[in-house]
Amino acid sequence: MIPLSWYLVLSAALFCIGLFGVMVRRNAVAILLSVELMLNAVNINLVAFWRYGDTTSMAGQVFAIIVFAVAAAEVAVGLSLIYSIYRRRGSVIADELDLMKW
Amino acid sequence: MDASVVIFILSAALIIASALMVVSTRNLIHAALWLIATLFGVAVLYAVLEAGFLAVVQVVVYIGAIAIMFIFAVMLTRKEMRDQGAQVNAAWPMAALLGLLTFGGLWIILSKWDGLAKLPAAIPGGADGTLQQLGIALTSPDAFVLPFEVASVLLLAALIGSVYVAMNKKGS
Repeated sequence: MIPLSWYLVLSAALFCIGLFGVMVRRNAVAILLSVELMLNAVNINLVAFWRYGDTTSMAGQVFAIIVFAVAAAEVAVGLSLIYSIYRRRGSVIADELDLMKW
Repeated sequence: MDASVVIFILSAALIIASALMVVSTRNLIHAALWLIATLFGVAVLYAVLEAGFLAVVQVVVYIGAIAIMFIFAVMLTRKEMRDQGAQVNAAWPMAALLGLLTFGGLWIILSKWDGLAKLPAAIPGGADGTLQQLGIALTSPDAFVLPFEVASVLLLAALIGSVYVAMNKKGS
């Protein structure tokens, strides 16, 4: 049997790897890839707490399903924004998208 | 050491290794393929946690839809992703430090909590009944039907919004 802490440490590690990716990647698509890693870390936590807590209440799994839906919406809007920016400016490098920089 | 421990260790190693490849590999197609490996490892963990429906949804929605959409996006913006210049920005040591500090902070918070060694209790009625409970919870007015409907409206809005944003308005 696996203690709860293993899942929590794994998900903390995955979250921090995603955080690192969001901060260092220059390509906007790669930043979204790292955001997906962070969302998956959250989902591992939600499902682990469901399994180790009260399994008669399905709140943890329902929350994970809502996170799936939000992730799908986020990726669709994010990638279409990146594609639109790419068509107008010819670049997906986050450093170069400084149109709104003061 | 039973089978679930072995499966957990193998899939955790797969998740961490492929997540590190996602944030560090130069070729973005490869990064998207490593993301698929990570997502598959997470699906295995859902199966170990006896959330079989979520494991299937993870494979179908995340790997089947989201990861494929990433590969499409990488290919549509391919000119920029060729191995020119650095793939990471100049502040990456600072970012690595911040990531490690966040992990350390989470570790300290976790080590202060006393529920860590908890082991899973058997699911009453077996794991097969949870799918029925999940369906009832998603559609029952006493439970989560409102968030469920809000999620569907959100998906519709995202669909229309992304079509509008990506549409070529000049017509060529």
